[in-house]
Amino acid sequence: MKKFGLLAGIFLSLLLICSLIVGAADEIVIGVYEPMTGPMAAGGQMTMEGVNLAFEQTPTVLDKPIKMVLVDNKSEKVEAANAVARLIEYEKAVAIVGSYGSSCAIPGSEVANKAGIPMVGCSPTNPLVTLGKPYAFRACFIDPFQGAVMANFAVSNLHAKTAVVIQDIASDYAVGLSNFFREAFIKLTGDPKSIVGLISYQTGDQDFTAQVTYAAGKKPDVVFVPAGSYGDAALIIKQGKEMGITANFLGGDTWEAPEFIEVGGEAVEGGYFSTHFDATAVTTEAAKKFSDSFQKKYNREPSAFAALGFDAFNLVIDAIKRAGSADPKAIRDALAVTKDYEGVTGMITLDFNGDATKDAIIKTIENGKFKYVATVHPF
Amino acid sequence: MNLNIFLQNLSNGISLGCLFALIAIGYTMVYGVLRLINFAHGDIFMMATFFVYYAIALFSLPWGVACLVAVVLAMLLGRTVERIAYKPLRNAPRISSLCSAIGMSFLLENFAIVVFGGRPKAFYRPEFFSKIFILGGVRIPGVNFITPIVSIIFLLILTYIVYRTKTGLAMRAISKDFDTAKLMGINLDRTISFTFILGSGLAAIGAVLWALRYPQIWPFMGVFPGWRAFIAAVIGGIGSIRGAMVGGFMVGLLTIMIVAFMPGLAGYKDAFIFIILIFVLLFKPEGIFGEE
Repeated sequence: MKKFGLLAGIFLSLLLICSLIVGAADEIVIGVYEPMTGPMAAGGQMTMEGVNLAFEQTPTVLDKPIKMVLVDNKSEKVEAANAVARLIEYEKAVAIVGSYGSSCAIPGSEVANKAGIPMVGCSPTNPLVTLGKPYAFRACFIDPFQGAVMANFAVSNLHAKTAVVIQDIASDYAVGLSNFFREAFIKLTGDPKSIVGLISYQTGDQDFTAQVTYAAGKKPDVVFVPAGSYGDAALIIKQGKEMGITANFLGGDTWEAPEFIEVGGEAVEGGYFSTHFDATAVTTEAAKKFSDSFQKKYNREPSAFAALGFDAFNLVIDAIKRAGSADPKAIRDALAVTKDYEGVTGMITLDFNGDATKDAIIKTIENGKFKYVATVHPF
Repeated sequence: MNLNIFLQNLSNGISLGCLFALIAIGYTMVYGVLRLINFAHGDIFMMATFFVYYAIALFSLPWGVACLVAVVLAMLLGRTVERIAYKPLRNAPRISSLCSAIGMSFLLENFAIVVFGGRPKAFYRPEFFSKIFILGGVRIPGVNFITPIVSIIFLLILTYIVYRTKTGLAMRAISKDFDTAKLMGINLDRTISFTFILGSGLAAIGAVLWALRYPQIWPFMGVFPGWRAFIAAVIGGIGSIRGAMVGGFMVGLLTIMIVAFMPGLAGYKDAFIFIILIFVLLFKPEGIFGEE
């Protein structure tokens, strides 16, 4: 018992010293939670390239140093909620940036919203990330738009009359995007039977042969693959081609990762997907500057996720500056009235839900590289 | 569903079933001798694919040699895991070695994240394996031809080792009665190590075939095949090699056929497999081929 008392005493005094050190530095803590490992790791790591660049360019705000804390959410829902709780309770973050993947961002924003800490999502596109959560915002467009963009592209540009959807039933992102795509596709073709097949799999599956055999049997004009991770999408397309699907494959913004092409190889050539940003199609001054500094730091072109990570971090900084304080409530109020903020992914105005309305970009895969196809304005 | 699509699904199911069978045997053999569920088995499976990847990427070994090296390394890894995590606990309560097995599984996964990185990698696939053969309207990738052949060859070799050799006899003796086997002068340590080497080797062969079929590798890739193979081993009757083969085959075939016949419920196929597991445990808890 004596020993225990002594240990507890040492522990408590250590805690006291630690808190004194933290308190003395008077930093502004911005928490970031991203999937650094797991099946969505490439997305999280690409996002962090942008966040790190933004942090490097703006290390202080309101004359106080910023402390950026990154917590890995391991591409998992529960871990994402834990990561945000840790950022708020342990790291004392006043604002949070993240996460790639709606499946992680939905539980994350739930925790942040309850704690009253503003969160700015970089690339989670599912409506539920911000819906009914006054403290949740995002820098990207949402899936009702993304689904409509791809349905529109399939019908107008590829002249598709029938489609099969292969969705990940355990991914909020995939199920949402699948619904919005089907809705828009049926509306555009005017034929409720134009979706000739809908089939699911579960996160973690690697064998999709049964799903693609089903899809091949329906002989659709296009196959829509709103996979929760690029790896799943690449494997589905690869197995689909092996099982004789000749239709065009379409997808959403998760496709954009170097691993998608590495794993998919020749099979993914000629697929189309929607995304947020393209370095070769930038028009604004801010985007050009970002593209240049990114090239200088990483020696390659920035991805859409890097651009959104950069924007999300800077949206928080902008809000802190406008609020003139690092109080979470004040930051939230400033974020809510963000209007015509010049981000690198376009002008950002946050609506009453906290969502941005922006252009979507359609890309394809050609000769093992992503290639710009078109820009679609909000409609 | 027309006949072509059914045959297509059947061919896919058979090759998946063979893979599960190869992995399930590792669980069942270790359980047979030690009464221990080796939870690190799926992670040895994962490590084997990374061994192939790095043997090619770092040492530019030819593909076949790289696979051979990976199988040998996986065998060594299996033996090392046994030495470090299970041997010191041989006389401890069984729950201790179970915890140790789970710990070993986490250790290997996190080791892989730190050393290999968390991002999935593309697995090199030689030309032949991705070539598509069309047999009467059924499309069969090369790897789906090879998988059943390789599996059956190794299952035959395994059956020979277990039922026709002295070491195999020792393994069976240990699984019947641990203490009496010891009294009869059977070298326990050597036989148990051998069991792990054999199981890990089969897992590595399964891993190479798996990665050829699904050419994407990452540190948690062993979890799902591992669990399903474990279920397969339990359904077949854990401890029985024949049971693991049949169980693996069943689970693989079912995984595909549930999706094929009930496309609307495709997302819940794992639930069906678990329901079957529950029924087996309720009505024939020793499994299909298990002994009372």
